[in-house]
Amino acid sequence: MTSPIAITIRVNGEPASRAVEPRLSLADFLRAEGYTGTHLGCEHGVCGACTVRVEGRTARGCLTLAIQCDGLEVETIEGATGNGRVADLQEAFIENNALQCGFCTPGMLLTADELLQDTLSPSRTEIREHLSGNYCRCTGYQSIVDAVEQVARKRAERS
Amino acid sequence: MNEHLKPSVLDQPNSYVGKTVRRPNAKRLVQGQGTFVDDIELPRMVHLAFHRSSFAHAKIVSIDTQGALAMPGVVGVFTMDDIREVITPWVGVLDHLKGIKSAEQWPLANGKVFWQGEPVVAVAAVSRALAEDAAEQIFVEYEELTPVTDMSTALAPDTPVIHPELGDNLCFHRVVDSGDVDAAFADAAAVVEDTLHFNRHTGVAMEPRSIICDYRTAEGELTLYMSVQCPHMSKNIFAKHLGIDENKVRVICKDVGGSFGLKIHTYSDEMAAGAIAVVLGRPVKFIADRLESFVTDIHARDHLVKARAAFNSRGELLAIDMDDLTGVGPYSVYPRTSGIELNQVVNLTGGPYKHTSYRADGKVVFQNKNVMCQYRGVGHPIAVAVGEHLMDLGARKLAMDPVAVRRNSFIPDDAYPYTSPSGSIYERQSHHQCMDKLIEIMDYAGLRSEQARMRDRKTYRGIGFASLIEVTNPSPAFYGVGGARIASQDGCTIRLDPTGGITATTGVTEQGQGTETIIAQVAATAVGVPIEQVRVLTGDTEIVPYGGGTWASRGAGIGGEAALQAGKALKANILDLAAAILQAKPDQLDVRGGAVVDLATGNERMPLSELGRIAYFRGDTLPEGVQPELVATRHYTQRQFPFVFTNAAHACHLEVDVETGLVNLLNYWVVEDCGRVINPKLVAEQTRGGVVQGLGPALYEECLYSQEGQLLNGSLADYLVPMAAEMPDIVVDHIETPTGTSELGAKGVGEAGTAGAPAAVMNAINDALGPFGVTLTHMPFTPDKILKGLGKA
Repeated sequence: MTSPIAITIRVNGEPASRAVEPRLSLADFLRAEGYTGTHLGCEHGVCGACTVRVEGRTARGCLTLAIQCDGLEVETIEGATGNGRVADLQEAFIENNALQCGFCTPGMLLTADELLQDTLSPSRTEIREHLSGNYCRCTGYQSIVDAVEQVARKRAERS
Repeated sequence: MNEHLKPSVLDQPNSYVGKTVRRPNAKRLVQGQGTFVDDIELPRMVHLAFHRSSFAHAKIVSIDTQGALAMPGVVGVFTMDDIREVITPWVGVLDHLKGIKSAEQWPLANGKVFWQGEPVVAVAAVSRALAEDAAEQIFVEYEELTPVTDMSTALAPDTPVIHPELGDNLCFHRVVDSGDVDAAFADAAAVVEDTLHFNRHTGVAMEPRSIICDYRTAEGELTLYMSVQCPHMSKNIFAKHLGIDENKVRVICKDVGGSFGLKIHTYSDEMAAGAIAVVLGRPVKFIADRLESFVTDIHARDHLVKARAAFNSRGELLAIDMDDLTGVGPYSVYPRTSGIELNQVVNLTGGPYKHTSYRADGKVVFQNKNVMCQYRGVGHPIAVAVGEHLMDLGARKLAMDPVAVRRNSFIPDDAYPYTSPSGSIYERQSHHQCMDKLIEIMDYAGLRSEQARMRDRKTYRGIGFASLIEVTNPSPAFYGVGGARIASQDGCTIRLDPTGGITATTGVTEQGQGTETIIAQVAATAVGVPIEQVRVLTGDTEIVPYGGGTWASRGAGIGGEAALQAGKALKANILDLAAAILQAKPDQLDVRGGAVVDLATGNERMPLSELGRIAYFRGDTLPEGVQPELVATRHYTQRQFPFVFTNAAHACHLEVDVETGLVNLLNYWVVEDCGRVINPKLVAEQTRGGVVQGLGPALYEECLYSQEGQLLNGSLADYLVPMAAEMPDIVVDHIETPTGTSELGAKGVGEAGTAGAPAAVMNAINDALGPFGVTLTHMPFTPDKILKGLGKA
């Protein structure tokens, strides 16, 4: 085991400073800081439940080490809720019942938001492709695709 | 007004029943503010990690824990001997499954290990990481024993007996022989037969199994924070085996990240956590990681079925004769047993049809693999796939359309209530209406002509059907009569708060399917308040009425009826009080929109907030002898039938690439009859999610074991679950045949999607491959199997 290393990560705009073991994942760091909306579904980078934004791009919180994020900006679902970034997606998810148990939902929302930033009017096929790194075992995905498609249409109308 | 002329409370214009309303708990989940077990931190809490068996079958020679004990942060290291004083073993049998047997199961290996992944030693440390570090320093010397992995030879005389004290590897055997099967086959115009294999797969709930056991030594009280479907059952099990007064065990179940039947069973590692909490006297947390989940969460299915069917020349099903063999791992799982799935296969195969001769011989055998037990659909996917495959084979042999054979064989509409040859009683089903609607919404004729055109261009599309029945709203016949303390009744308590809103507590539980919403809709309607003023609490055994929780598609049908009756009772109490205050008669008043109104005119007489204010704070102003009772509790047990059956018709449309073996799902349709629909959106979403959990194992999901009993693909990278890109849009429509067993009339809907999808996919693939004379029956239908079937691999 290597000695703890002091790092500071700006989480949702606020500095979080702690001495961490080099092996500590970003997801575990965030959860220990109280950001429990970041969920751990597999811890080997497949399910996408731990998806967070690092310097504005989505990353797997379970495959990213906390020390890699020293000095970087990280945004979790709590931050994206607070600043309203995903408010329209959240509303559409509720309206379309695009969540059941809610465990995959924070990661799903951040992934969907990234798609909509990169692609103005994605097709259903493109939405399905893009969300395929995020597993949901409850919905069968259709309502999630419906919600994302609905927000894409509204965002496109606004822009 | 005569009682029978009164409009039902459910049919009022302002009724929430039958409407899509939003889920009140969805907002916190989209904001990441759910409370899953791993989100809970308690003072002095320790974390568990396990040393698990690397062998499928072995004797433990020695265990060396010294290195682990010396590791930093370690609070304790526990073998079975270290917790034996505080916990008793369990045996997964039920009295009504005649002859079922199993061995005593312990929280940690008791001298031998019986499957790869079985917990052997537990380490408690101040963090999970440190517990895992220490677990790596545990050294167990094993003496390998011959693993029994192939279920087809499990009963052979030269196969070792896994538990010598049981005498053989047979867990359960059930035979049904009804009508005259031999005569039916002798007289048949067409006889078809085949062998089907149903792959072992698992549930993969996104939130792994999770538990915190908080034992307070001063009071001798145990609080369990669990991710479960049945808090009261867990309370009973932990109390019984830890020797704690059941009244001193509390189960708190907050958000549950998916369960699908996984989280209703007794797991060794969770029981070990309970025992260690008692020994240590401090909170113990165990969160299974994904790798542990694959080797310990119950697996499902694993059936080998040989079946044949007899038809007359009109395509009417005359008889089914089948043998089912299923491997359930080394133990029958406690307390629901691993015999129930086979029981359901035997009960339900050919369920929609009018044949009167039926023989089924089902055997459940032990093997050295992870345990198998009830998972969403319990036996239904096997029963439906076997029956529906036989229907297609019959149609093919008689050169009839598969839909015609089904229509000719359905139980006639005027034959209900109907007793099936396996002894199941069907109150009323709508197979003809469901099939008619299905054919219409899918444009069957259009798809068939498109299929013919595409075949000319060497594109192979297939259409597959599945008609099915689903067990819902179980009576005590499911578990109670077998001796398991799993409640089939459920209760609901509704309180009028001083604000005029209501608070409902219910024994049924929420795992995302929308139970709390359903209860809110029913309670709001029954009492007469806006749904925004309803608060629903579930999942805490110290708050909610005693109940069974959520399993066997019972939440809406059982819990909903209890809520309806509690709401009506509270409303009657409200009207009595209002009449006293307003000097009116109770039957001249009603409660609508959160106010007491004149029944005839609808004019508001008093808001409920005013009634609440008077009742709770100004009782001095009430007439003499008037004591407000603004809490009402009602319970409901369905006991008219053993189960209330639903029915559905599914169709799958897909394309098979005969060069690559890949299956492309194009469309999927479901016409579902779950009785009264309380919330159309939630019914549709349960159906869609259920279908996808049936499509997964039909096409991708399989727990692959080596001959030595090693799970070969136990990670989420190797075990394939459906992703968004592969799944089709699913059209869901309804027929509503309310059950007469309750006033609410709702049946269940949670499992029917999973029940039908494997059959529909299999039939569609075989329809697509019809031109090649290929029939595949070995799930999952992976590209290699399809190419092999086509002679290309």
